[in-house]
Amino acid sequence: MRTNRRSRVAYLYLLPWLLGFALFHAFPIFSSLWYSFTNLRVTNAPRFVGLANYVQMFLHDPLFPKAMSNTLIYTMVAVPAKVGFALVIALLLTIRTRFIGLYRTVYYLPSILGGSVVISILWRFLFMTEGLMNTIFGALGAAPVRWFDPNLALFTISLLPVWQFGSSMVIFLAGLKNIPQELYEAGRIDGAGRIALFRHVTIPLLSPIIFFNLVMQMINALQEFTSPFIITGGGPLHATYLLGMKIWEEGFSFSRMGYASAVSWTLMIIILTLTVVVFTTSRFWVFYEDGKKA
Amino acid sequence: MKTILKTAALQLALALLGLAMVYPIVWLALSAFKTNQEIFGSIRLLPKVFDPSGFVNGWRGSGQYTFTTFYRNSLLLVGGTVAATIASSTLVAYGFARFNFRFRNVLFILMLSTMMLPTAVVVIPRFIMFRTVGWINTYLPFIVPAALAAHSFFIFMLVQFFRGIPTELDESAFLDGCGSMRILLRIILPLAKPALVSAALFKFIWTWNDFFDSLIYINSVKRYPVSLALKMVLDINTSIVNWNQVIAMAVLAMVPSIVVFFVSQRSFVEGIATTGIKG
Repeated sequence: MRTNRRSRVAYLYLLPWLLGFALFHAFPIFSSLWYSFTNLRVTNAPRFVGLANYVQMFLHDPLFPKAMSNTLIYTMVAVPAKVGFALVIALLLTIRTRFIGLYRTVYYLPSILGGSVVISILWRFLFMTEGLMNTIFGALGAAPVRWFDPNLALFTISLLPVWQFGSSMVIFLAGLKNIPQELYEAGRIDGAGRIALFRHVTIPLLSPIIFFNLVMQMINALQEFTSPFIITGGGPLHATYLLGMKIWEEGFSFSRMGYASAVSWTLMIIILTLTVVVFTTSRFWVFYEDGKKA
Repeated sequence: MKTILKTAALQLALALLGLAMVYPIVWLALSAFKTNQEIFGSIRLLPKVFDPSGFVNGWRGSGQYTFTTFYRNSLLLVGGTVAATIASSTLVAYGFARFNFRFRNVLFILMLSTMMLPTAVVVIPRFIMFRTVGWINTYLPFIVPAALAAHSFFIFMLVQFFRGIPTELDESAFLDGCGSMRILLRIILPLAKPALVSAALFKFIWTWNDFFDSLIYINSVKRYPVSLALKMVLDINTSIVNWNQVIAMAVLAMVPSIVVFFVSQRSFVEGIATTGIKG
C-alpha cells in the first residue's frame, strides 16, 4: 500500500519531465519523420508527397551531397584533433609540474565562450586576410595565407573547436586522477617502463572516457551551425556549407520545412550510424572495470 | 641537469600553449579600444591611445534600439530559463534519486538517451508547435521547455549528486514526520547547494552563448537578445569596416561568461569533471 502511494508521489515529481519528454522530444521526433514525407511550408498544411524530398535530396540537389561531405570532413578533422590534443595536454599536466591550476584555467578559458557569436566573430578577425594571424606570419617573415579561400576555409573553421579543447581536457584530468596509483607501483615492481605503463595502465583505464568524449564531440560536430554561419556564411562557393546550415536555410530561410525535415532525419541517421559504429568498435579498445572487455 | 632541462622544456611548451589560448582573447579585448585604422596590420597589443568610441558608437545598436534593450532582453531570457531549469530539474532528479517505482530504469534510460538526441531533428516540429500557439517572438520557447526539464543534462547532473547524499538523513527526517517535499527542501537542497550552483552556472553560460534558438524564435529587433544583436552589429558594420564597434560589443558580450567563470571556477571545473559531459 505504502509503496503504491510512494510510487504515485514519485510520478508527481517526475511530471514536469514526463510532459517535457512527450512534448519536446517524443512528439517532435515522430512529427519530423512525418513532415519529411510531406511538402510542409510555414504557410500551408503538410501534404503527403511520398519519398519526393529524399529523391530530391539524393538525386537533384547538388548542395546536399556537398553539405554532407563538408560535414563529415569537418567532423573527422575537428573531433579527433580536439580529443587527441585534450588527451595529450591532460597527460602532460599530470607530470608533476608547477602552475597546473593556472594552466588548467588558461586552457579552459576558450571553452567558456562555447559556440557563441563572440567566438565566431573573433575567428573571423583572426583569420581574415588582413587579420591577426597573417600579421603574425608577416612579423615572422612568412607570406600571408588566404585562410578563407575555398580550399582552406573548411579547415580554418575546424580549427575553432580544437582551440576549445579545454572542456575535454578537464574531463580527462578527472579520469586520470581516478586511476589508482597502486596500479602504477605494481607495474613498476614488475619492471614496466614508462611507455609500458602508459600502454597497459593509463590507456585502458582511461578508454571509457576517451570513448565518451569522442561520441559526445562527434554528435556536436555533426550538427555545427553557428561558426560557419557567422564566420563564412557557408561560403565561399559553399566550401563551409554544413548540414546544420542546410537545415536552417531550407527550413527557415526558404520555408521548405518538409524538405528540411528530410535533411534533419538523414543527419539523425548519420549520427546514429556513426554512434553505433563507434560503440561496436569500442568492444575492441574500451576497457571496463569488471576486468573483461565489454 | 637533464631533468632540469626537461622540466624547463615542458614548462616552456605549456606556457607557449597558454599564450596561444589567451592571446586572441586579450587581443580582442584591447582592440576594442583601438581606432579602426589601428586594429589590423600590427601585432602591438596595446592601443596607442585608448579610444572608447567603439563602445560609445557600438552601444547605439540599431539606432532605434540600443544595447540597453538587448541586455535587458538577455537578462530576462537567460534569467527565466536558468530559474525554470533549476526548479524543474531539482524536482525530477529528486524523483529519480529517492523513489522506487515501476519503470524507473526504463524512464531513466529514456531520459539519458535524450541527452544524445540531435537537436537538429526536433527543431522544425518545435518551431511549428510554438508558432501554432503564438509564442514566436516571445521568450516562452526558451522558458517553457526549461520548466518542463527538457534539457535532461541537468537532471542527470543532479541525480548523480543527490545519490551521494546519505539516505539515513531522509529516513530520520521521515521518522520525525517530514513529508517528501519537506525532506527535499530542508535536507537535500541545503546539502546540494554546490551542485545547484554549478548547474545554474552551466545553464547561464550556455543560454547566454546560445545563438541558434534565438535566431529562429526571435524576429523583431526590439526583442533581440545580445547574441542576435551582435550578429546584427556585425552585418551593419562589416561593409563600412567599423571594426571597433563590432569588437567592442563582442568584448562586452563575453564579460558575463568570463566573470561567472572566474568567480566560481572551482565549482565549474568540478561540475564538468564529475558529470563529465558537454562542452
